[in-house]
Amino acid sequence: MADRPEGHNKPKLSLHVPEPKFRPGDTVDFSDIGVTEPGGQPRPDEACAAQDTAPLCHDLIRVLGDDDEAHGPWDPKLDSETLRTMLGHFALTRAFDERMFRGQRQGKTSFYMKCTGEEATSVAAAMALASDDMVFPSYRQQGVLIARGYPILEMINQIYSNKADKLKGRQLPIMYSSREKSFFSISGNLATQTPQAVGWAMASAIKGDSRIAATWVGEGSTAEGDFHSACTFATVYNAPVILNVINNQWAISSFSGFAGAERTTFAARALGYGLAGLRVDGNDPLAVFAAERWAANRARSNAGPTLIEHFTYRAEGHSTSDDPSGYRSAQEREEWPLGDPIMRLKKHLIALGEWDEERQETLDADCMDRVKKATKEAEKNGILGHGLHHPFRTMFEDVYEDLPWHLKEQAEQAIHERKTKFPEGLPEA
Amino acid sequence: MSESIEKTQASAPGEGETERRLNMIEAINDALSIMLDRDPDVIVMGEDVGYFGGVFRCTAGLQEKFGKTRVFDTPISECGIIGAAVGMGAYGLRPVPEIQFADYIYPGLDQLISEAARLRYRSAAEFIAPMTVRSPFGGGIFGGQTHSQSPESLFTHVSGLKTVIPSTPYDAKGLLIAAIEDNDPVIFFEPKRIYNGPFDGFYDRPVQPWKKHPQSLVPEGYYRIPLGQARIVREGEAMTVLAYGTMCHVAEGVCREKGIDAEIIDLRTLVPLDIETIEASIKKTGRCMIVHEATRTSGFGAELSALVQERCFYHLEAPIERVTGFDTPYPHSLEWAYFPGPIRIGEAIDKLLQD
Repeated sequence: MADRPEGHNKPKLSLHVPEPKFRPGDTVDFSDIGVTEPGGQPRPDEACAAQDTAPLCHDLIRVLGDDDEAHGPWDPKLDSETLRTMLGHFALTRAFDERMFRGQRQGKTSFYMKCTGEEATSVAAAMALASDDMVFPSYRQQGVLIARGYPILEMINQIYSNKADKLKGRQLPIMYSSREKSFFSISGNLATQTPQAVGWAMASAIKGDSRIAATWVGEGSTAEGDFHSACTFATVYNAPVILNVINNQWAISSFSGFAGAERTTFAARALGYGLAGLRVDGNDPLAVFAAERWAANRARSNAGPTLIEHFTYRAEGHSTSDDPSGYRSAQEREEWPLGDPIMRLKKHLIALGEWDEERQETLDADCMDRVKKATKEAEKNGILGHGLHHPFRTMFEDVYEDLPWHLKEQAEQAIHERKTKFPEGLPEA
Repeated sequence: MSESIEKTQASAPGEGETERRLNMIEAINDALSIMLDRDPDVIVMGEDVGYFGGVFRCTAGLQEKFGKTRVFDTPISECGIIGAAVGMGAYGLRPVPEIQFADYIYPGLDQLISEAARLRYRSAAEFIAPMTVRSPFGGGIFGGQTHSQSPESLFTHVSGLKTVIPSTPYDAKGLLIAAIEDNDPVIFFEPKRIYNGPFDGFYDRPVQPWKKHPQSLVPEGYYRIPLGQARIVREGEAMTVLAYGTMCHVAEGVCREKGIDAEIIDLRTLVPLDIETIEASIKKTGRCMIVHEATRTSGFGAELSALVQERCFYHLEAPIERVTGFDTPYPHSLEWAYFPGPIRIGEAIDKLLQD
């Protein structure tokens, strides 16, 4: 063609298919991850122009150093009581995850997802919000519920889909919902919650309310069109919303490169939309708290929305249905340069003289005990597949506000089938 | 006739209320204005609905009257529009988003199917999506592939959604008010072919404006037509015609031309369906013709046909006839060859009566 350069020595076009650096069995070297000096990042005014956050979109906001001390302008200067409360939520979240994972392996439920290594991104973030700010989580923010004091018994009832499950056994385990705790119903469809959070924030602004919204999405799900819609709507209407991107490096078996991480950061996407952007060490509880509080203050004062990339690592498999040894090196978890959020906070409190190993052991034992007791209590209401569930007719309720004729007919059919199955009389349900 | 049926409804306008002649656009505008006025939680939003008043003028003047935070323009993102509306509903608002053409609702489908429709169920009624998605739909306007579609069966197949399609200005206002007040998500499809006047399918004749049609007489104030109630367009004995939207008028026109004493039922709401009115009519007439613009295979006509067969089998004197659009994308130049018009409907009538 005339519009194409002549010659035979032109390179062939080639398709780039991203590949993670390490596969199973590989030796891991994370030295290329830019681990910044704690305290070295500037903290702009919360009401600054979005473009003023540009340097922070490629940097990494860190507070806690290897010396276990807090450094720099992002130090939220939390009192030791608050830090101990945070540590308590961390310990309970991890104990809960351990026990529920085991419960799935024992056949008490069908499914579970841990948040190991990412506890700070939910617990510390939630603590930086007001208790009635609305959160639109994905499925790995159980720490938000725990930080807000939602009873773990109710969480287990939901996981077991038993007769006390507030969601009436309709939802897959961990898809919690709590209007009382301003925790939006979790959906299996990824990133759908992001434009919903923006819409909620718009509604709050329309009504002249003072509440803000925050949403969480994994880095993999930022590739969904919904996330683009959310960022666009957030900026167009200056919605009081925080978009938390949990970059835990992995979307099931796909490394973050498949969401675009090879050439930029997720925080940097904020700038293209005109959102403020912060990139934060997601395993540094103080940095997470400080960034979330900054964004919350910004939103609450009508200064605009913020996108926060929490740079962290998914320490465990994606879910109970996943085996990460099939796609990544087992060394990754050990070598992760930003450590473990719980250990880092614990060591910080010890360095402050506000904590010690003995108290940590007691805390961990107490949490395990609390979870164990709640588990036993929940089991009285039934475990999955063992009879104690909500009555059959509830399957047809809440599809609509009222039961239309076709659902009435189908409900009668279901009850008829049940009577046919148990001619000797219905088991307790 | 339909007048008497509507007058018996509890929510019908009281005696002495002023009535005006409105076309369907004006009736929709009136319904939105009344609801924006009555309920501070009602929000109208969509592409070009604000300052400009909508590409079909359905929202004309509303932003000026109610302000920019009640009636506003949105980015061109159907996913964002529906998604934001779900969030607003969760907050406690009653959003009425507009999708400019039903043909463009697909980018918002995940938000509608996975979110709006399921929210009440999956949260055990902790959160609801009391939204009404308005969207112009249907063909007959040389709209080609992407301004003519009738995607109603994609929505009737989704549990948790209600689907409403008016066919007259009177119904458009009353049904839209009921949809906005409904606590379930409603897909409200407006047949754009009959925005300005009823269309009887005889495209080579002059179009009549709404003002000559009895159903253009619309009460001034608030009234609602309950969802789930069909309207008997005309009573008859020879056969039952099940239709909605534009096709009510086309079926009526063809029956008038051919002198057929058909009972024509305007379904008005597809889900929940008024099965009692349908059953009673077919048990009386023994014959059933279903007419819709949408493509045939897995269209809503298939559901109607199955329901009639299951519930009226021993009363049927002939196989059920389905008159629909062909199973092709909606063509531009061959519009009138595609559209289920007088010839296709006429032949189906002949076939039904000959058995």
